[in-house]
Amino acid sequence: MAAKEELKLLGVDVSPFAIRAHMAVVIKGVSCEYVVEDLSNKSELLLSSNPVYKKVPVLIHNGKPICESLVIVQYVDEIFSGDGVPSILPTDPYERAIARFWAAYVDDKFFPVLRGIVLALTEQERVEKATETLAAIEPLEEAFAMCSKGKAFFSGDSIGYVDLALGSLLVWIEAIRRMYNIEIISASKTPRLSAWAERFGESAAAKEVLPEVDKAVQFGKMLEAAASAAAASK
Amino acid sequence: MASDELKLLGTWTSPFALRVQLALSFKGLSYENVEEDLKNKSELLLTNNPAHKKVPVLIHNGKPVSESQIIVQYIDEAFSGTGPTLLPTDPYERAIARFWAAYVDDKLLASWLQSFRGKREEEKAEGLKQTLVAVEHMEGAFKDCSKGKPFFGGDSVGYLDITVGCLISWAHAGEKLYGFKIFDADRSPLLNAWMERFGALDAAKKVLPDADKLVEYAKMRQAEAAASASNN
Repeated sequence: MAAKEELKLLGVDVSPFAIRAHMAVVIKGVSCEYVVEDLSNKSELLLSSNPVYKKVPVLIHNGKPICESLVIVQYVDEIFSGDGVPSILPTDPYERAIARFWAAYVDDKFFPVLRGIVLALTEQERVEKATETLAAIEPLEEAFAMCSKGKAFFSGDSIGYVDLALGSLLVWIEAIRRMYNIEIISASKTPRLSAWAERFGESAAAKEVLPEVDKAVQFGKMLEAAASAAAASK
Repeated sequence: MASDELKLLGTWTSPFALRVQLALSFKGLSYENVEEDLKNKSELLLTNNPAHKKVPVLIHNGKPVSESQIIVQYIDEAFSGTGPTLLPTDPYERAIARFWAAYVDDKLLASWLQSFRGKREEEKAEGLKQTLVAVEHMEGAFKDCSKGKPFFGGDSVGYLDITVGCLISWAHAGEKLYGFKIFDADRSPLLNAWMERFGALDAAKKVLPDADKLVEYAKMRQAEAAASASNN
């Protein structure tokens, strides 16, 4: 890093998307100012840096904003690379395509139904979403075997792209277990992911970034309340 | 690169399959185009995209890649020595291109589809409203990315041109079917001009489907849907 690099990350502790971006920066070992946003009172900086979505995370690098968690992770991976710097995406084009595929799967197929468990307005809906989530995690259990090739993480020896994509949701998966007694990852049904989740949680980057599960539980209760209020006012 | 075997599983009406065809065309790569029957999906499709069972799937020397944007990036990286480079070389510009590419599918395309596929009138109206918002953002994106040049990619076609370009034939078809021009000259003059410019390129003309044929196809699908609805 020749000149002084200024990195600022706007996020909230419980957002899986902010967690991804934050962990990427930590993995790269670069210094970054972390700004916790109040989502009910978004800062001018957030609103002007992400006018399209007005959401976290936003990475601001030397004054220039980058938005969307996976775009940020790829950007951080490309900007901070070289000897001794851990890589987040593989170098081989085919392996990169596979990593991108599974990260997209997490966001397009897994996350919406997982979130649906918290936002469900009836017990029946909650059970439906839970069933869909349990179905959605199965391909990931298989993908882990294929991607990790016997190693600790989807990426191999160290945390990589898919690990960040799915690992950033572990806090919520645990929060859902505490809130509803619904187990998305378990040693009996998804043994590989269960073991991987422990290793992910034990990593230095996770320990530095992941919030306490209770914070997610509290946030979850707020989301539940907001969802029923919105439904009631229709 | 003695014998690179490229096979694309797609359908001629899918803008996502078209996106891949555009990338292959602009890169100057030859491939076998396999037309899938989505009502009777081939073993090849089902085994090569078990997670989604959708087109497009690009099979390169027997190895499958799925999801159109991922396929285009793969083509750009795996064939970096062939034809133009599609993604920008600067990391920040690359991030901006990826951001807008995601926006095209998540917002622009999603709301446009809702505007004519929505089951109730309120859904369609909301879709239209969101489409207009999305077009405004894309017009701004074009201005920022092109910096006064003819394409999102600058002087020549890049990733974002291909990402948005696959919507052109359906844009023309949509205008004929519903009277709604997504990139019309008043609302989005830059995109309107870009659409004509992109569509005139040889590499695009080679693969863009005929809008009139898409109109016929859409009418046929509407008739089928109406028939099955009245049979219920």
